[in-house]
Amino acid sequence: MTDFEPKIVAFLCNWCSYRGADLAGTSRIKCAANVRAIRVMCSGRVEPAFILRAFELGADGVLVLGCHPGDCHYAEGNYKALRRMTLLKRALAQLGIEEDRFRLDWVSASEGDRFSHIVNEMTEKVRELGPYKPREEARVAQA
Amino acid sequence: MPKLKVALYWAASCGGCEIATLAIGERILQLAEAADIVFWPVAIDAKYKDVEEMEDGSIDACLFNGAVRNSENEHMARLLRQKSKILIAYGSCAYEGCIPGLANFFNARAILECAFLETASTDNGGKTLPQPKFNVPEGELDLPVLYDTVKTLAQVVDVDYSVPGCPPEESATWMALEALISGKLPPRGAVIAPPATAVCNDCPRIKNEKKVRAFHRTYEIVPDPDKCLLEQGLLCCGVGTRGGCGALCPRAGMPCTGCYGPVEGVRDQGSHLLSAWASIIDSNDPDEIKNILDGIVDPAGSAYRYSLPASMINRARVKP
Ligand code: SF4
Ligand code: SF4
Ligand code: FES
Repeated sequence: MTDFEPKIVAFLCNWCSYRGADLAGTSRIKCAANVRAIRVMCSGRVEPAFILRAFELGADGVLVLGCHPGDCHYAEGNYKALRRMTLLKRALAQLGIEEDRFRLDWVSASEGDRFSHIVNEMTEKVRELGPYKPREEARVAQA
Repeated sequence: MPKLKVALYWAASCGGCEIATLAIGERILQLAEAADIVFWPVAIDAKYKDVEEMEDGSIDACLFNGAVRNSENEHMARLLRQKSKILIAYGSCAYEGCIPGLANFFNARAILECAFLETASTDNGGKTLPQPKFNVPEGELDLPVLYDTVKTLAQVVDVDYSVPGCPPEESATWMALEALISGKLPPRGAVIAPPATAVCNDCPRIKNEKKVRAFHRTYEIVPDPDKCLLEQGLLCCGVGTRGGCGALCPRAGMPCTGCYGPVEGVRDQGSHLLSAWASIIDSNDPDEIKNILDGIVDPAGSAYRYSLPASMINRARVKP
């Protein structure tokens, strides 16, 4: 298990979090290389189906980052994301997907360090959980 | 024109689809004129071995209802695929897994133990569970093996068309049968149902801006007879469900539970419902949002009531 490198899909909002990630890069802040970034216009654009699809296609963890509450470029998008992801998290738990595989958080354009901190923390937590196996069949109970 | 050969079969289903077939009323005579029914366990006395002996492709069309959750279902799905030119997943169980598909929150062992050991009304001193093979003096008996994962028909064999509904309304049933009789078939892969967008579009209730501060279960409130049920905090699935039923449930005062499956172009109905329900919460405060969401006691079960096996995360990951 030691050589397991988690694949984490991160949806980053264009106006804050993607720029925060950029800043982490230009400031040469060390950051786990496990994240595949997908830029979206707003965290409110992220449909729960995107997250399920990422898991279905083999992501071990999914991260959604948006502007801090009150700072969304479209005023309300991150609040919608907050509501949706709170409910989605509960549904994921019912489906047996561990809590640490999915995270919604806020990163502003000036928070390169915060971006790297979240990415590193999530990577370590998912590394501990091990690979997510999509479409894993439970063991056949009847021999 | 020679008569069509039609087969009907039920796998993991409740029997409702069988009755739904008859809801076409006197048009059954039109069907009888155009088609011979060569296999229909609920109504005619043809055996599995009769089907096995048929030539491959000799059945013109098979309406297959029910999901695939045991070895017998799977055998019949493969057999009827082989024998039929057109295979139709008829009804929500065959199309998306439906209520039997909720078994995907568990596994076979948990289900058998619940049914045969744990229920209060069960007296099973010997703790006997169904065995796939059992020896009696007369020889070996076998029972179908229950699978851990309920599958849709299309997850097991190629399916030509699907008819949605739990059970399908007669409008959809007749569309499928009429297409077969007339030979005017839609493009392969189509979902056969009256053209529609979402159930909301057919729903006569008055719609306003949706802002909800509490969710309720149906027994907890008496809803206003004219207003949108979702706006009253009832978990209506109309927002994310294919129309075509005529919005029967909200017309009768019950929230739509989603039986017609996702709207055209959507694959995962449940995640869209979760998204829609959560979006209308009238709060920006994380703790208050959590409190309001406590009113949705079974998020995944409510959103994926009919579609868990067909969804992107098709089953819960449970301990073996
Ligand atoms: S009651 Fe249901 S189906 Fe009717 S408009 Fe409201 S959400 Fe849509
Ligand atoms: S209103 Fe919803 S649950 Fe009722 S029949 Fe129509 S699709 Fe099915
Ligand atoms: S623009 Fe950043 S969350 Fe909406």
